[in-house]
Amino acid sequence: MPHWLDLMLQSLGPLLWAALIFTVPLTLLSFVFGLTLGFLTALARLYGPAPLVALARFYVWIIRGTPLLVQLFVIFYGLPSAGILLDAFPAALIGFTINVGAYSSEIVRAVIASIPRGQWEASYSIGMNWSQALRRTVLPQAMRVAVPPLSNTFISLVKDTSLAAAITVPELFQQAQRIVSVSYEPLIIYIEAALIYLALSSVLSILQERLELRFARSAGALESAT
Amino acid sequence: MIHLSAIEKSFGGLAVLKRVSVSVAEGTVTALIGPSGSGKSTLLRCVNLLEIPEAGRLTLGGEVLDFTGRPPARDAVRRIRRQTGMVFQNFQLFPHRTALGNVMESLLVVQKWPAPKARARALELLDKVGLAHKAEAWPLQLSGGQQQRVAIARALASSPRVLLCDEPTSALDPELAQEVVDVLARLAREGTTMMIATHDLRLAASVAHEAIMLDAGEVVEAGASAELFTTPRQARTRRFISTLTPDVSLAPSPARHETHEPGAA
Repeated sequence: MPHWLDLMLQSLGPLLWAALIFTVPLTLLSFVFGLTLGFLTALARLYGPAPLVALARFYVWIIRGTPLLVQLFVIFYGLPSAGILLDAFPAALIGFTINVGAYSSEIVRAVIASIPRGQWEASYSIGMNWSQALRRTVLPQAMRVAVPPLSNTFISLVKDTSLAAAITVPELFQQAQRIVSVSYEPLIIYIEAALIYLALSSVLSILQERLELRFARSAGALESAT
Repeated sequence: MIHLSAIEKSFGGLAVLKRVSVSVAEGTVTALIGPSGSGKSTLLRCVNLLEIPEAGRLTLGGEVLDFTGRPPARDAVRRIRRQTGMVFQNFQLFPHRTALGNVMESLLVVQKWPAPKARARALELLDKVGLAHKAEAWPLQLSGGQQQRVAIARALASSPRVLLCDEPTSALDPELAQEVVDVLARLAREGTTMMIATHDLRLAASVAHEAIMLDAGEVVEAGASAELFTTPRQARTRRFISTLTPDVSLAPSPARHETHEPGAA
């Protein structure tokens, strides 16, 4: 067995383990929380009173305008000076959630706004109130449009979690760095880590396609119109 | 009886309805005609409060609503909307629900009926508009005329006191428009109260008992539709109706309008 393959197989276990217990949970949790935050932010911007609109805009402006790595440093290394001490994993989770919240709020806002006014009016005309119209008519259609851009956010997030290595979360990339520090094989190990990230995002791409297909079916778009 | 009295509505300082008063008797069909921008669609949308007038009074069933410039109580809006159904120019079916799902929606969500009961009622209504066989079809798979007929069934689902139709045939070519006219005519014969904003003379003449001519936000003339279309009293009405007829002859099949000349209906 060639040396590089041997090394890859040896390090595969620890790398996958790090991905399984840190990278994947960090990604999933911050996506779910971030999307919730993004949804609320979008509603605040679209339908909230003026102060809430201003607050939502301010939040998105700050988060989109500053580097994610710097945000993570502020939370993990900076906040202790203000008396807020967080472990590495929760600090990373908060950082990624806030980041996903800002980006996804723009997506959610755009897709909700893209649903024609006539759909709201049709809902009102059959007696629905605002929240029924939002839940039953607007969101199901908006979700369908949101799948590709939100998948982008999701896939970016998987890769961005490697930044958590810089705030001491022992996730996939930090594990790779540790292995390199004892094996002195950066090329092989970092390529291996990259391949694992590639595999993870490929799984998400496949899920995205399935989801799009399902939405398309549930509007009859795949069968020819008569 | 539906009463709109002294209704005023403006958009961005432009008065669209100027103290308009209209009455519609139960079981009758009233056509609202007039050029684009005359306010006929806005008037119709004031009945189910998609537009809130700035002044005036709406009486519908047992409800009396006075407009004061402030938003009316949500409850009052809901009670009015439950007594009205609306058909839109471009159908506005819910694309993520089947024909059946579209018709069931208000029964499930607003009336809180159990699904089997809502389903039975929705199928009955689809049958009424001749589309029981398309119950499981998606809106995308239906022709424009079929979509509009589903939209009519949807609007009728919660048994409204009045059916409001906003240019129901304008987005359809003449042949598809005819199937919608046929459905509306049948509803009219069955005594459905309707208000129809339209410049489709074929529709107005074959379905409406009463007609109201609007221009620049004011009622120009109102009366029995047969008379208003054939012997209008006002010069403005005469001029408007004469512009409609050549319009029809520009349609793809010129032979068609002769058989549907307003006077012939």
